[in-house]
Amino acid sequence: MQTVGCVDARLPIHSDMDLVWVRQHVRQTAAQLGFGLVEQTKLVTAASELARNTLVHGGGGEVEATVLRNGHAPGLRLAFIDEGPGIADLERALSDGYTSGDGLGMGLGGARRLVHEFAVDSSPGNGTTVTVTSWTVRPPRHREEH
Amino acid sequence: MPEHETAGQHGSPAREVGDFLRRRREQVAQRWADTPLFRTVFTVSRDEAVEAGKAVIEALAAVASAGRVEDTEADGFTVVREQLTRTAAARSRAGAGSAQVSNEVDALRPPVVDLLVADLSQSSAEHVRECATAATVLMGTLRLVVMESALNEGRALIDRQRMELLETATPVIKLWDGIVAVPLIGTLDSARSQVVMETLLESVVDQHARFAILDITGVPTVDSLVAQHLMKTVAAARLMGAECIVSGIRPAIAQTIVHLGLDLGTVVTRASLADALAYALDQQGSGIVDPVSRGAVAR
Amino acid sequence: MLRLGDVLLVTLQGDLHDSTAEQLQQDISETIASSSTTGVVIDLSGVEMVDSFLGRVLAEIAAKAGLLAAQTVVAGMRPAVAITLVELGLTLPGLRTALTTEDALGLLAGEASPYRSRGTRRESP
Repeated sequence: MQTVGCVDARLPIHSDMDLVWVRQHVRQTAAQLGFGLVEQTKLVTAASELARNTLVHGGGGEVEATVLRNGHAPGLRLAFIDEGPGIADLERALSDGYTSGDGLGMGLGGARRLVHEFAVDSSPGNGTTVTVTSWTVRPPRHREEH
Repeated sequence: MPEHETAGQHGSPAREVGDFLRRRREQVAQRWADTPLFRTVFTVSRDEAVEAGKAVIEALAAVASAGRVEDTEADGFTVVREQLTRTAAARSRAGAGSAQVSNEVDALRPPVVDLLVADLSQSSAEHVRECATAATVLMGTLRLVVMESALNEGRALIDRQRMELLETATPVIKLWDGIVAVPLIGTLDSARSQVVMETLLESVVDQHARFAILDITGVPTVDSLVAQHLMKTVAAARLMGAECIVSGIRPAIAQTIVHLGLDLGTVVTRASLADALAYALDQQGSGIVDPVSRGAVAR
Repeated sequence: MLRLGDVLLVTLQGDLHDSTAEQLQQDISETIASSSTTGVVIDLSGVEMVDSFLGRVLAEIAAKAGLLAAQTVVAGMRPAVAITLVELGLTLPGLRTALTTEDALGLLAGEASPYRSRGTRRESP
């Protein structure tokens, strides 16, 4: 029953100024859709982590924001796209403590815990697309939290 | 979607149905106003029912012209979805079951098909059949849209009530200046733990509480997920500058925690709510003195 | 940045650029090094989001201040920010925290005095 809307916004990620824009856009959109304060903060923080990944590891790129409806609750999907070197060892990149740049190594794995749905499409040399989705009403199925 | 292929051609059955609906909007709406669905929902005036009918017909015409007679997600429905949801909700409030509502929506079909067939009396039998089929499919889609809207409305209502229940089931009590507590009763699941965490931390800010007590005396079981939530609450409280104490871990739960190999690590635990309060008061530097013996009751 | 006796009060507001945060980190350690500072209070009550980058900056400020014999206290973190940080996996164990800047200043003042007082006992009927 899930409708896939068209992309509502496309923002560039090429500087740390752009990170601020991405965070503000995600905050505003999530607030308009009716996300609670905590869920808004989680989504904005995940967006910040992923946009920084795109900037630092992907050599810049863009984010596509899409408003979704799964029948009764709206959701927000964010796709972070870069054409950088790609991720060679996905499993390792998703584990806590792994880092190839600055930060505390929480980027990818941490962002995954802040959203309801998370997918990475990447291979060496072909860039990386990280897609995350959160709903204003959490899907009834429990997410694995380990 | 096969309709897409024919959508561009002039005179496809779907397009023809779309044109027909626009042309005969008034007549169809007049007939619909007399059907049980419209009569029972729009009790105040018949004109209102006719207007509501026209809006739906307009939407159906847009869907048909787009060649998407089978598509419940067609853009044309967007404008009337809210109206259809209200209509379905009004019927179910009046005690109509979903089967009855479904039948009532289905009763909107014959007037459309009858008028359409009458209009096409000059066309070939095959063309009439094709158009009638397209109209029937379209009306079937409308029925699905109405039922879906009604279902979603019901789900949204349940979600809202569930959240309200969660919030009322989580009372945060101010025990002392700077000390708040939440006595938890009943099973904790992921959603409820989340609400507990948020309400407790909000009250830490509102009450300027240095100590927050989570009392789980009334919680029958603690699994690893709940234990994890408790630890997250403790960690979040610490980041805010408050200390969170977990009290009322019954022997059975303590055993489970050990059994699961969970490490409550740095979490401060106390046997009872009273012990937790005594600990918080002592940390805060306010003690309670027994007025009779003038000795300290709680340390 | 505001100086209150031996304590440096840093108030963060709104959405910080990465470069602003790094600049701030540098400014704070330079200030501590060049003057007698025993404590740093970072007021986060106006901050709507702390991600791993800002989390790292906070941890490093505290670590560097520690090397220069100054205590760092982070004050006023909002509940939503705290919940998100924990979910992100950042509990910042080395960081001292307080509910408000007043509490943070009190905490630092209490530690500066030779006898660590825990407030006065209060009798209650």
